[in-house]
Amino acid sequence: MTESIRLDSVTKRYNDVTAVRDVSLSASKGEVLGILGPSGAGKSTLLRLMDLLEAPDSGSIVMNGKPVDAGTKQAADLRRNIGMVLQKPIALNRSVTNNLAYALRIRGWDESDIIDRVRAEMERFGLVDRRHKNARTLSGGEMQRLCFARVMIHSPDILLLDEFAANLDPANVALLEERVRQYAAEDCRRSIVLVTHNLFQAKRMCDRIALMWGGEIVEVAPKKKFFENPDDERTGAFVKGELVY
Amino acid sequence: MVTLLSLYVSGIATILGSAIGIPLGALIGLKEFGGKGAVKTVTYTLYGFPPVLSGLLIYYLFSRSGPLGSFGILFTPTAMILAETLLVIPLVTGVTITSVMEVDRSVKDTVRALGATSRQTTLTIMREAWVGLVMACMIGFGRVIAEVGAAYLVGGNIEGKTRVLTTAIMLETRMGNFGWAIALGAVLLSVAMAVFFFLRLLQEKEML
Repeated sequence: MTESIRLDSVTKRYNDVTAVRDVSLSASKGEVLGILGPSGAGKSTLLRLMDLLEAPDSGSIVMNGKPVDAGTKQAADLRRNIGMVLQKPIALNRSVTNNLAYALRIRGWDESDIIDRVRAEMERFGLVDRRHKNARTLSGGEMQRLCFARVMIHSPDILLLDEFAANLDPANVALLEERVRQYAAEDCRRSIVLVTHNLFQAKRMCDRIALMWGGEIVEVAPKKKFFENPDDERTGAFVKGELVY
Repeated sequence: MVTLLSLYVSGIATILGSAIGIPLGALIGLKEFGGKGAVKTVTYTLYGFPPVLSGLLIYYLFSRSGPLGSFGILFTPTAMILAETLLVIPLVTGVTITSVMEVDRSVKDTVRALGATSRQTTLTIMREAWVGLVMACMIGFGRVIAEVGAAYLVGGNIEGKTRVLTTAIMLETRMGNFGWAIALGAVLLSVAMAVFFFLRLLQEKEML
């Protein structure tokens, strides 16, 4: 499998807090990589680095074999092929339709293509009868589905999911998880990186899993090994729910 | 005529002032730079910029012996528009700064994460701040439609040429025609009300 994105010894600090420390990690095409870890372990920062939203303080990010510097024109172009679903769903103050269309308009799509694509995505996520409503008036579950759909709609090659199903009821969780699995299966060039603190979700969704702890990667292993006989004792404790933090 | 000129001068001044103040306010509000706090304080201080001072500045610049005297625009509506524009800019800039800064930080993060360039991000945030931006125009218009000092100073209250509602009210009052003055005052209020009604519709327009 070829790598779509790789971090080489990446460190990111915010003032005097080191959020990510010397992390090397890669995601391959066709795989779902899970990142597990307690709150504050640096998982979200890691995703922001992968999204090229922020530049690392040291180390490098390599995308499709080429090093990239966040903030450059090259990064801006590459970011068009990355999609990130944030932990906190935020709708823009406009209709559901226009929220979905937004992700395509900023990528310069034709209006005629946008209409079809938006329609299809609304059907998929059960938002059709909400299409004219201001997105800010949606319920929590609808809002989360909308924000999820708004990222999936432009078919990013790299999909970054930050606790994408937190605070959702089981039916919605199942809907979104199924869509992620389907999305990965549709095209083998896609990489999905899934940040979660939900062990069961990681078990259901991921091919490989990394455990993050205090800004560092403790262990990366295929799912079976990660859960059944991890190398690091902290991983073992984490999957058994015995790790106290 | 007097009413139309009032609308014309205040309208153009509001448009010009907003065309400068809104981008300027967005820039100050959204970019991080050293001395931002000081720039904001100066902007807010200029809310209280006295109209006669603005008039004086334009008067000096465009008077016959002034640096820009050759333009010959003193005592024309153009000079009035310039003086009024100077009054609109700080108000519109200040309200814009506040409006764009009130758009939640998470909206900016979301828009960036969706793949927007920094230019697209700025435009989107401005659109999210729409209600505030229209408010900025309203406040700007409200200031200049009611303003008399600058209009008098650089316009000269010439009948049929630079006489606007506020300067006409002053004149009628001085001449003891209270009835006329009050009637003109009522016209002024109605004009303002009509404009505000329109702006409010614009403000409440669902941005869908």
